[in-house]
Amino acid sequence: MLSELARRLARAVGPRDVVTDPRELATYECDGLTSHRATPALVVFPRTAEQVAAVVRHCAQAGVPFVARGSGTGLSGGAVPHADGVVIALSKMRRVLEVDPVARRAVVEPGVTNLAVTQAVAQHGLFYAPDPSSQVICSVGGNVAENSGGAHCLKHGFTVNHVAGLEVVTPAGELTWLGDGTGVPGGYDLLGAFTGSEGTLGIVTKIIVKLTPAPEVVHLVLAGYKTIADGGRAVSEIIARGIVPAAIEMMDALSIEAAEAAVACGYPQDAGAVLLVELDGPAAEVEAELAAVREICTLAGATEVREADDPAQRAAIWRGRKAAFAAVGRLSPAYIVQDGVVPRTALGDVLARISALSLESGIRVANVFHAGDGNLHPLVLYNDAVEGEAERAEEVSGAILDACIEHGGSITGEHGVGLDKSKYMPKMFTAEDLDTMQLLRCAFDPAGLCNPGKIFPTPRLCGEVPGHRRAADGPARPGLEIF
Amino acid sequence: MTSEADVTREALGLACANVRAGAVADGFAGVVPQFVASPSSTGEAAGLLRAAAALGLAVVPRGGGSRLDWGTPPARCDLVIDTSAMNAVLEHAAGDLVARVQAGARMGHVAEVLAAAGQEVALDVPPDATAGGVIADALAGPRRLRYGSPRDLLIGITIVRPDGTVARAGGKVVKNVAGYDLGKLFAGSAGTLGLIAEATFRLHPLPAARAWVTATFPAPGPGGAGGARLPAGAGVAAVIAAAANSPLVPSAVELHWPGPGEAAAVGVLLEGSPDGVAARAGKMSELLATPASPASAASPGALPAGAGLAAAGTAPGWWRALPETAGVTLLRATFWVSALGAVLAAIGDFARDAGVAPAVHGPAGAGLLYVTLPGNVAPEHVDALVAAVRGVIPAGRGSCRIARADGRFREKKSLEEVPGAALMSAVREQFDPSGIMSPGRFIG
Repeated sequence: MLSELARRLARAVGPRDVVTDPRELATYECDGLTSHRATPALVVFPRTAEQVAAVVRHCAQAGVPFVARGSGTGLSGGAVPHADGVVIALSKMRRVLEVDPVARRAVVEPGVTNLAVTQAVAQHGLFYAPDPSSQVICSVGGNVAENSGGAHCLKHGFTVNHVAGLEVVTPAGELTWLGDGTGVPGGYDLLGAFTGSEGTLGIVTKIIVKLTPAPEVVHLVLAGYKTIADGGRAVSEIIARGIVPAAIEMMDALSIEAAEAAVACGYPQDAGAVLLVELDGPAAEVEAELAAVREICTLAGATEVREADDPAQRAAIWRGRKAAFAAVGRLSPAYIVQDGVVPRTALGDVLARISALSLESGIRVANVFHAGDGNLHPLVLYNDAVEGEAERAEEVSGAILDACIEHGGSITGEHGVGLDKSKYMPKMFTAEDLDTMQLLRCAFDPAGLCNPGKIFPTPRLCGEVPGHRRAADGPARPGLEIF
Repeated sequence: MTSEADVTREALGLACANVRAGAVADGFAGVVPQFVASPSSTGEAAGLLRAAAALGLAVVPRGGGSRLDWGTPPARCDLVIDTSAMNAVLEHAAGDLVARVQAGARMGHVAEVLAAAGQEVALDVPPDATAGGVIADALAGPRRLRYGSPRDLLIGITIVRPDGTVARAGGKVVKNVAGYDLGKLFAGSAGTLGLIAEATFRLHPLPAARAWVTATFPAPGPGGAGGARLPAGAGVAAVIAAAANSPLVPSAVELHWPGPGEAAAVGVLLEGSPDGVAARAGKMSELLATPASPASAASPGALPAGAGLAAAGTAPGWWRALPETAGVTLLRATFWVSALGAVLAAIGDFARDAGVAPAVHGPAGAGLLYVTLPGNVAPEHVDALVAAVRGVIPAGRGSCRIARADGRFREKKSLEEVPGAALMSAVREQFDPSGIMSPGRFIG
């Protein structure tokens, strides 16, 4: 049966764009989170939206599950294939189709990298605001699936705030648009609901992104502190003064040590914490904010304050922060990256809890976090060669998420639930909440073939699969006209 | 009252302490509800919906009640669920810039509570509007350019499904991607998917200072061929695009044209620190008065001769959150800003040819305009204007629809396909399989 599907897909996209070789298929067994793996039955590389639709229709007819894949940089196992399923890789759909600088919109294909959008529009004085740390490689289609954030989402918002239209292939294999690029929905905001649905409601084939005027000036302040608590006081005061920085990032001593070892970022040597505060906007506003931030950082007990305003200097300071995840690999043979969120004011309590968990278990935890919005990225370090240590690390990791939930937070701020965190969903949501969310799933994908097994620990039965509807069929719908 | 009505009322009364017969004053859009219930908690609201579902009653949620005559009227309404007794600000975590409110909380009240900590929900909506109504109608005023609409500020929602099931999505942290974002789905759902019971918003600091830079375009002289047209349509569009695309971060770029023979005004709102706003207002004035550079498509156009420019610390008299709606026919046009010039020209040509006086108002820099026509306008004129505006908007990149009209338009059928309409229909069937929530208001 799969061989018949392979033949049909080869007819749809061309034989060279269908992978059946087992060794090559193994390349697609995981995403950026390598602890979940499954080798797919087939991988296809469509080049047009119509080809994606044809592939999905063939999968739907054959009852074979499928998953879309962008650059494979996800950190929640969201793109892990079904073992008997098809991977629809969008890496050959990477054109910037149109830039409209007056309307501040660009139309791009899903395989375009995040940074490539900004590069394509910079000549017009515009940029694409969401900037996940992986922006050099991650795809805009993947960003839409995950509703990606990034260090600057504190001020500039998430992917969902910067996408104005999506052309999608529904799980039944039909092409349709959600949103028309205006940013004003006509009817239900399916564009908003689709963004962040982790590839479970359909496959994106074109994206209309909103572009933002590039800021007049950008200033970065680095402050070193003896303790995280000192740095935390500076953050609270910045927020209390009504300043909304573009980014507020903090790293603890262990992360600083790792970053120094990896990229020699030159952060203050003996610091227990480093705080990065980036301000952007009109020069006249940023100058006043900069003076205030400088004063606040000093009053909170900074051992050192540095500033940078030109792009090279800023990049040099950011290098340590951006290298932190990978750098931790130098401290430990293996680690788990968590993505919990707490209300910002609970950061101190939760960090103390993490510290206690680390002491009790003997498992080291390095902390890198978006201090402005309470999004923690604890790096739970362990040695997989030591028996039982991986399990203990997993326990610590789970206990950190429990602490986030207890404080009214979330199990994931930007990495997504995917395969990795679906087991925590019932701790954050009631059975009724999860059931209600899955009504949306049933409306889009009653057959449950579109990236099954993600987000929800228990799939909802959608009941009778409703008849296949086409927009052009049936009577006109009264109400659409003046809704 | 018939005995059947007594039975119904008794069943509803078991779920909610405050149930009464619908009065003429409860009527809207030609529909008078049989009952009005005012639950005081999410639990009571859930009980009411369970009871209504068992009885097969058609339910319409009501917040401030000011926009019940927008959109298509419901085909029937047995029970209005009035949220006015669910009016509390439940939580204001100032340090987290987050507030959780009940659906019936008046936005004016919410604003007062938040202002005590120097914060706000950055939506320009009437103070009498309720949080639930603002979300259900996706209402946002001039500052949607900078802050977006309710869907962009809503971080958590509690809803009651038509069968009485209470469900929550999102949470009370701004950064959160766990699970489907039902808040987005309910924003703009017009009471057709369930009842909004509670909402959590992200907040912004109240700006310390505001300034408005206003460019005024005089009406063409009387007797000229263009006398009925919008003054300097292309110049207006260029100034709006220049302001909206500038790195001076305007919070709003608003157009106001009261009608033929009148001047048109473009207002740009800047918010921030006192010194910063003063400096930015100066730069914005320079920008709007600077001739266009042919090198950049996004660059500004020069103000035409006779146009005026002014900066002030208070809003121009015409500045308002949302257009007046009572007794008028209101169209809503959405478009890419690059099509603004063509949209304004189409409206101007219509005014000249039809001899009808439209007023144009709204956040044009954000791709949205309201066109107000007299309440007694001839339907063929409305059709002509809708067709003219649609004709200049590139396919699939905007729309022109009737947002509010009197009964003569009720039987109008769909003239254009909304993108994703088949999926919307499927969503509606999943959430409300019996079709009891505001039936006829939207799909199903």
